[in-house]
Amino acid sequence: MKAEGKVFKYGDNVDTDVIIPARYLNSSDPKELATHCMEDIDKDFVNKVQQGDIIVADKNFGCGSSREHAPIAIKAAGVSCVIAETFARIFYRNSINIGLPIMECPEAAKAIKAGDDVEVDFDSGIITDKTTGESFKAQPFPEFMQEIIKAEGLINYINSKK
Amino acid sequence: MGMTMTQKILANAAGLEKVEAGQLIMAKLNLVLGNDITSPVAIHEMDKFTSKGVFDKDKIALVPDHFVPNKDIKSAEHCKCVREFAKKNDITNYFEVGEMGIEHALLPERGLTVPGDVIIGADSHTCTYGALGAFSTGVGSTDMAAGMATGEAWFKVPSAIKFNLTGKPAKWISGKDIILHIIGLIGVDGALYRSMEFTGDGIKYLTMDDRFTIANMAIEAGGKNGIFPVDDQTVAYLKEHTKREYKVFEADADAHYDEEYTIELDKLKPTVSFPHLPENTHTIDEIDEIKIDQVVIGSCTNGRLDDMRIAAGILKGKHIAKGMRCIVIPATQQIYLQCMEEGLLKIFIESGCVVSTPTCGPCLGGYMGILAEGELCVSTTNRNFVGRMGHIKSEIYLASPAVAAASAIKGYIASPEAI
Repeated sequence: MKAEGKVFKYGDNVDTDVIIPARYLNSSDPKELATHCMEDIDKDFVNKVQQGDIIVADKNFGCGSSREHAPIAIKAAGVSCVIAETFARIFYRNSINIGLPIMECPEAAKAIKAGDDVEVDFDSGIITDKTTGESFKAQPFPEFMQEIIKAEGLINYINSKK
Repeated sequence: MGMTMTQKILANAAGLEKVEAGQLIMAKLNLVLGNDITSPVAIHEMDKFTSKGVFDKDKIALVPDHFVPNKDIKSAEHCKCVREFAKKNDITNYFEVGEMGIEHALLPERGLTVPGDVIIGADSHTCTYGALGAFSTGVGSTDMAAGMATGEAWFKVPSAIKFNLTGKPAKWISGKDIILHIIGLIGVDGALYRSMEFTGDGIKYLTMDDRFTIANMAIEAGGKNGIFPVDDQTVAYLKEHTKREYKVFEADADAHYDEEYTIELDKLKPTVSFPHLPENTHTIDEIDEIKIDQVVIGSCTNGRLDDMRIAAGILKGKHIAKGMRCIVIPATQQIYLQCMEEGLLKIFIESGCVVSTPTCGPCLGGYMGILAEGELCVSTTNRNFVGRMGHIKSEIYLASPAVAAASAIKGYIASPEAI
C-alpha cells in the first residue's frame, strides 16, 4: 500500500488542542471535526488540504489530551499519513486503533519541507521525497501492531480473533 | 534484573512471572473509565463488535464531567448517549449530575481505584490513580471500547525514570510546584512512553492530594504513568474510602531505571509554567509583575480539599483585585459540601470569587471561564497550550492554588508570601 501527497510541515509538540480545539468536541462526527482540523495552529489547513496529503512534524506530535477526535479529524480531512520524529503515546495508540497511518522517522521529519511531494510505502517503510529525490526508512511497527493496522483498526482485529 | 513497580503490576495483570521493558502484553483490567466527550465515540465503536455487551458492569465508570451540566444542545446529546448506554448495560458506576465530580477526583473518593489495579481511561489524566500505587494510564475511545467489551488491553511494558524526592517541602511548596519543577527539568516529552516512579523520604511529607496532583501531571511530561509507593498515608486513605481488597507491589531493589533524578523538596520555590508549554517553568522570585485578568482554582489537578483549604486560607478576609475574575471549582460534590461545612465557600464568595458546581469546563476551554483575545489567566489546571482556555491569543500561567489565590488578590502573578 502506498500514499502520495503534498506536505504540511509543523514543529515540535503539536498538541491535540490545536489539532482539534475542545470547543468543537461537543461533536463526534468525523466530517464536522475535519472542518476544524489544525484550526488553532494553521487556519488555512482545511482550505488547502487535498485528499492524500501528508503531515510531517518534529518531536512529540499529538501531545496532551487523549481525544481520539484528533486522529479522527486528521484522517477525515483526507490526510493519508503523519510522519514525525516522535509521537505522544496516546496519539500513537489512537492512530493505530482507528487506522490512521503514522510513521516515526527523525531523518524524514528533519529533511522534508512544506509543500514537498512525498510518497510513503507502508509495506517497506520507505519514505521518498519526490521533490528532492531523497529517501528515508521509517521505524518498523512491531508485528502485533502490523496486524491491527492490516485489520484497519483494533475493533476489526479483535473481531477477527474470535 | 528486577522489575519496577509498574512492571510488577503489569506482570501480575498479564498472568506472567516476569516482564521486560518493550515487551507487548495483554493485561486484565480492573476499571475502564470514560467521560462525556470520549465515551460517545467509544459507545459508537461498541456497535461494531460482533459480541455484544460489556465485560463487567461493575468495572466500568462513566463520568459526564467535561461539559456538564450540559453546556449546549450538542453536549446534551452526548450526555444523553452516555446515560442511555449506562442504563441499557446496567453500569453500576455511572454518575449523574448531582452525584458526580471531576472523574479523577471522584473515582478515588468513591473507592473505585486501589493499589495494584490496572486502569485505563479515555482521558489523558487517568494517570492520577498512580498516587494510590495503581497502574493507570490514558487511552483513546477505541481502547476504551475494547476494554469495555473484553476487559483487557494491550500494553508495551514501559521502562522507567526514578524520581527520588528528598527532604521536607519548603513553605508553600505543594504537589503542583513539585510536578511543575520536574516537567521544567525533563521537558514535555522527557518521560515519553515511560513510567515516572516516585520514591524517597520526602514522600511521607506529601498529602494524598499532593500525590494525586503529581501523578495527574505525569502525562504533561509525556509519561505513560506516574506511580507512588503505598505507605501509611495511602493505607489510611484507603481505609476511609474503600472496601475493596488490594495488593501492594514494590519495585525490586535491582530494578533498572533509564534515568534517576533527585528532587530536594526543601530547596524548591513556588513554580509557574509560562505559555504555551508546561515545561516553560519559572520560580516565583524570578517573575516580574505580570498583570492578569482571570484566575481559575480547580480541575482534576487541583480541585481537591487541600487545594480549596489552601486557597481559602489566603483569600480569607481579603478581596480579589478590582476587575479580576476568580473562578473556584471544587472537584466533586463531596468536596463542595465539605467546603460548605468548613465555611470555605463563604470565604470565596466574600472575597469576590464565583464558585461553580464540579466541571472540567474552563480547563479545556469548554465553558465557565473562556478567555478573550489578549487576556491572561493564572490557573491551577494542567495545560497552557495555545487556545487551550479560549482565544489563541490568550495566555495561561499554570500554578499552585496558593500562587493562584495570591495572584487573584494582587492582580498580577504573585507569591503567597506577598499576602
